[in-house]
Amino acid sequence: MPAIHYEGNVFPLAENESVLDALLRNGVLAPHSCKAGSCGSCLMRAFEGSIPARAQQGLKESWKAQGYFLPCVCHPASDLSIRAVDASEQVGASIAALDRLSDDVMRVRLQCDAPLEFHAGQYVTVVRENGLARSYSIASLPDAPQLELHVRRVATGRMSAWLHEQARPGDRVSLRGPFGECFYVPGKEDQPLLLVGTGTGLAPLYGVLQDALRHGHRGPIHLVHGALHRRGLYLVDDLRRLGEHHTHFGYVPTVLNGTSSEGLTVGAIDQVVLERFPKLNGWRGFVCGDPDVVKSLKKRLFLSGMASREIHADAFLPSAQAAS
Amino acid sequence: MERSLYDQLGGAAAVDAAVDVFYRKVLADGRINSFFDDVDMDRQILKQKAFLTMVFGGPASYTGKDMRTGHAHLIKRGLNDSHVDAVIELLGASLRELGVAEPLIAKVAAIAESARADVLNR
Repeated sequence: MPAIHYEGNVFPLAENESVLDALLRNGVLAPHSCKAGSCGSCLMRAFEGSIPARAQQGLKESWKAQGYFLPCVCHPASDLSIRAVDASEQVGASIAALDRLSDDVMRVRLQCDAPLEFHAGQYVTVVRENGLARSYSIASLPDAPQLELHVRRVATGRMSAWLHEQARPGDRVSLRGPFGECFYVPGKEDQPLLLVGTGTGLAPLYGVLQDALRHGHRGPIHLVHGALHRRGLYLVDDLRRLGEHHTHFGYVPTVLNGTSSEGLTVGAIDQVVLERFPKLNGWRGFVCGDPDVVKSLKKRLFLSGMASREIHADAFLPSAQAAS
Repeated sequence: MERSLYDQLGGAAAVDAAVDVFYRKVLADGRINSFFDDVDMDRQILKQKAFLTMVFGGPASYTGKDMRTGHAHLIKRGLNDSHVDAVIELLGASLRELGVAEPLIAKVAAIAESARADVLNR
């Protein structure tokens, strides 16, 4: 079996074992979260050996070229020499403000020590000083003075518990990234856009929306935000106000349980999308949120005629520890 | 020398044009779409492209062994001749929709037919 060379140690991989699992089995405190090659929390760098393509899937080209990879989905065919991502490859940040957007969503504003290059809608990994790492989507624009994240309180979540209950302005974190492909690319200004998401899937969509408006997108833009109940929706007033200022922007707040008062649409989000937007030929779509909903919405958009290459999606995978 | 089937169909660009049309028909077809319920769409589109490249007579990336191992778990779920028939039918309908001439469609169907034994592990 191939072996991992890490800080002077040699760790042979067991059958079907990922590089991350081998490190953890040998007592290395490697940050990680989703364990599915999605969140980017476990990012490391290889300096010798051949990295399988799957372990670099979704990373930007310049990072691939520098040997960055995701050890949680890395099953190398031969020996690999790797090292942790060090402080110079992360951006330090201070918590600037914490304010509650709904019962379970906190807006976290971060002041970065150095500019972070990203597209609105991508996500970053927040790393605490104790190594705990979780990924959150960016809801703000790149030129905004502060980075804005929306953090949902997860019942057994350690990072969200800290951000909701203990963190204070001035507390320090590190950021890695950005990751993700759910962002607006300028061009085709007249193309209709459909943004659909559940829960804090609104964060990247809010970023995409602002970015499209800022670039002068002229085609219609529709945002469908779904939640279980009315209290799960947030930024409702901001989005309604945006709809008043931009006549080509339509906001469809949707709840699964409730009554159709206050301009709310009631129903399952994929059904609402099907009824409101039955024909999507030529549209561009952005889908974010709960993994099962993302999966079914991608299929829904595709079956309604949206081209597969026009569908941009990020599923929010739970951390592997929290799920187990 | 006659141009290859793959070139006559339009090569990689034809695969790109056909993949959405074909996969949309597959997902909408009640005879076979239950086999695709749990799969990730992006990964499936890549597999469909490899499949179309093969049946278009293009640079083969699928081997008979891949076809066997790739469908073994579906045979346990009841994959049989009727489903292969449905796929070949939808493949023809997709190409017809894209304006491909009937003799070329027949050649594509023949290549797809030649994979039947591997797909059904016979």
